[in-house]
Amino acid sequence: MSSLILRTATRFMLPLLLLFSVFLLFRGHNEPGGGFAGGLVAASAFALYALAFGVPSARQSLRVDPRSLIGTGLLAAVGSGLLSLVLGKPFLAHRDLWTIVTLPGFGTLHLGTPLVFDAGVYLVVLGVTLTIILPLAEEQQ
Amino acid sequence: MGLIAVVLAGFVAAAVAPWLVRIARGAAGWVLAAVPLGLLAYLAGQLGSIAPHGLSVSYPWVPSLGVRFSFHLDGLSLTMAVLITGVGALVLIYAGGYLAGHRQLGRFFAFLMAFMASMLGLVLADNALTMFVFWELTSITSYLLIGFDHERPEARSAALQALLVTGAGGLALLAGLLLLGQIGQDLGLPAAASLEISTLRTLGKESVAGHALYLPALLLILGGALTKSAQFPFHFWLPSAMEAPTPVSAYLHSATMVKAGVYLLARLSPVLAGTEAWTWGVMAPGLATLLIGGFLAIQETDLKRILAYSTVSALGMLTMLLGLGSPAAVAAAMAFLLGHALYKGALFLVAGAIDHETGTRNVDQLGGLRKAMPWTATAAALAACSMAGLPPLFGFVGKEAAVEASLHHGPPWLATGAVMLGGLLFVAIAGIVGARPFVGQRTELPKHAHEAPISLWLGSMILAVVGLVLGLAPGSVDSSLLAPAAANVLGRKEVASLGLALWHGWNLTLALSALTVLAGVSVYVARLPLRWLLGWGKSLSRWGPAGWYELGLKGLNVVAAVQTRLLQSGYLRLYLLTILVTTVGLVGYTLLRRVELPRREDWFDGALHEASLVSGLIALAVLATILARSRMRAIVALGVVGYGVALLFVLFGAPDLAMTQFLVETLTVILFVLVFYYLSPSEPFSRPTARLRDATVAIAVGALMTVLVLVTASADWYPSVSGYYAERSVPDAHGRNIVNVILVDFRGLDTLGEITVLAVAAIGVYALLHLRPERRQPR
Repeated sequence: MSSLILRTATRFMLPLLLLFSVFLLFRGHNEPGGGFAGGLVAASAFALYALAFGVPSARQSLRVDPRSLIGTGLLAAVGSGLLSLVLGKPFLAHRDLWTIVTLPGFGTLHLGTPLVFDAGVYLVVLGVTLTIILPLAEEQQ
Repeated sequence: MGLIAVVLAGFVAAAVAPWLVRIARGAAGWVLAAVPLGLLAYLAGQLGSIAPHGLSVSYPWVPSLGVRFSFHLDGLSLTMAVLITGVGALVLIYAGGYLAGHRQLGRFFAFLMAFMASMLGLVLADNALTMFVFWELTSITSYLLIGFDHERPEARSAALQALLVTGAGGLALLAGLLLLGQIGQDLGLPAAASLEISTLRTLGKESVAGHALYLPALLLILGGALTKSAQFPFHFWLPSAMEAPTPVSAYLHSATMVKAGVYLLARLSPVLAGTEAWTWGVMAPGLATLLIGGFLAIQETDLKRILAYSTVSALGMLTMLLGLGSPAAVAAAMAFLLGHALYKGALFLVAGAIDHETGTRNVDQLGGLRKAMPWTATAAALAACSMAGLPPLFGFVGKEAAVEASLHHGPPWLATGAVMLGGLLFVAIAGIVGARPFVGQRTELPKHAHEAPISLWLGSMILAVVGLVLGLAPGSVDSSLLAPAAANVLGRKEVASLGLALWHGWNLTLALSALTVLAGVSVYVARLPLRWLLGWGKSLSRWGPAGWYELGLKGLNVVAAVQTRLLQSGYLRLYLLTILVTTVGLVGYTLLRRVELPRREDWFDGALHEASLVSGLIALAVLATILARSRMRAIVALGVVGYGVALLFVLFGAPDLAMTQFLVETLTVILFVLVFYYLSPSEPFSRPTARLRDATVAIAVGALMTVLVLVTASADWYPSVSGYYAERSVPDAHGRNIVNVILVDFRGLDTLGEITVLAVAAIGVYALLHLRPERRQPR
């Protein structure tokens, strides 16, 4: 795959897609989106990059091993549930773990442990997809 | 609170034991012994407070299931706890000397401390399920300790055997305890209290025995107790467990863990005893075990195996006495329990010291060690006299009580005969183990024998001396410890002295006792011809329970191999075919038999025209996939099918689902392209017959799914939860997208499970990609 068009487009697409994936993650609580969709978008971005520039460059731009993303994600998801356990609530009870931050000129921000949980889902989905796709693509090249 | 600390202290000590060994080195055993000694001191301080009701602590654990983290200290549990901590301290000191310099000493101490804590939890627990958890923990720690020399295959298989036998019994016990809780609830106990043994005791034996579930519960609980306490026909794991280092044999397999089954029977006796089924179900195995264990013991030549079989025999005695169930029998059981723990623990420690100093455990090779090992010899002599039931040792008191109890209950020839036969075998065994190695001429030994270090004889000496002191003054443990214990076993409120004494006057019991000793001495003298005479029994043992165990294991392997060859073809397409055909068969059958198909007007609402258009597109794409001449075309057409489905989601107002479907479909196409690269391009498509078969299965699955979806969508078996979610989403979870709120909050645990499955699947795929055969070959 040495199409100049694909390479040039990908160079611009990767940051945009990654930004979009994070956007999906954040808006997921109120609008369609969420960690699962966000993780898939991010995975597609890196898959596209791997197709255009080869797997080694894709791995390099990812910086971390996709396998450790899986572990980190699971840890974040479990960790978000442990906080409620410390407070004497059941595991994964997010209900009272919210803070509402008001940013002047921007609006209010509802921050809570579900966001950490969703970020964990995002990382697991990204890690799983790339753990499967990258070695397959590696063989081909 | 104190009781919780008693249970947890050992686990904490287990966690720090490896570090302690690194710091304290040779003295680690002495330092660690401070833990059980401290617990012993605390427990001794409770002697006065247990009398009428005992001490209780209780914390909720799983309230919805009636499981409480509750502990109860009464006479019975105190007796056991004193044995566990007292013998534990001595064994820790002993182990420090016995395994000195072993490179895994830290691990050994950790296992031993964890076992001690589990055993304490087992005897102190009040909630039946809490007790079960500790029961299983003792099985697991016993497994680790038997297999401590894990480089020897014998140790590994012995550990596995003990685990499988006691583990199977544990499963039966769990079922039995749950049935017992059910009985409690049926008899009017609140669900939260139905598993507390102290509450179950208040039910009254008659009402429990009258319940329909009584017999199943009793049999299942017996399954647990008899396996744990190595009763016939499950006795074979205990001699095998002698593969463990000797401190373990002394501690787990004579003084404490094997008594857990007996303890359980004693503990539940106020609930279950008094029926015909109890008497025979408990007494008969006990009686058989008492005799079989004794006869097997005198055939052995290895010190530890002799002791193991004699322990089996003694456990049989205890079980039989509990089966008799009369006040005198229970009193005898309590006295015998204490006496046995003292002398058998001592004799095991002696056997270990002899092995350590001479290099052999074969009784035929040992002799004349009394001069070389005076301290060990003294301890052995005292313990052996106690085992033989000679005055003035505590073993005599226990045996007298047993003979006395057997005289007054049941057919006298049966119980009394068994007690006396067992007693005379004990005399012979005591001679073989406690006297034979020390008397007579010095023999040629693998090592030059000399006295063991103090850590190796102190424990046996203390146990033996305690046996002597208690024998001289049996009243000291009678009213303070054993009488409350017996009252707990009998389910009585008032504590009556057991009347233990060294001298009861000239009576029948004394005469029978003397007769036993005389007969036992003659068996000891004639032991070599007897061993030869009983030799044929050894060839029979191949057909005994140990043989069944081997046969069972082999059978399991054969079944596993056959069904693996049958079901595991290694072809993904065949696995898929099996799964799909099974699903169609089972679900389709249920649908046809049980479920009415919905009426037509329920089927559809909403955007009918657009949906028909998209469905047509999907159908065309499916046709294109099937008829495609190249793989790439098939993949692309399949992608169209997926996008079509996503469009349907959009039409029916599920944007989240649609977005995810689009993304998954995109990635799936990429994956397909990458995976198909591995197939050689010349590989032909399947044969026409196979295609016909696949088409049939595919159409059947499609039809089934269609019907299934229509049925589930049109039925309202359960009230919908959507309304609740829609209502609570913003106030409780700060989110307007209900789908996402359900995923991350309301049903977060499901999502956690799903991403865990994803992670495991990824590991599997990664392993498959990296472990293909051609990779293993050197390049």
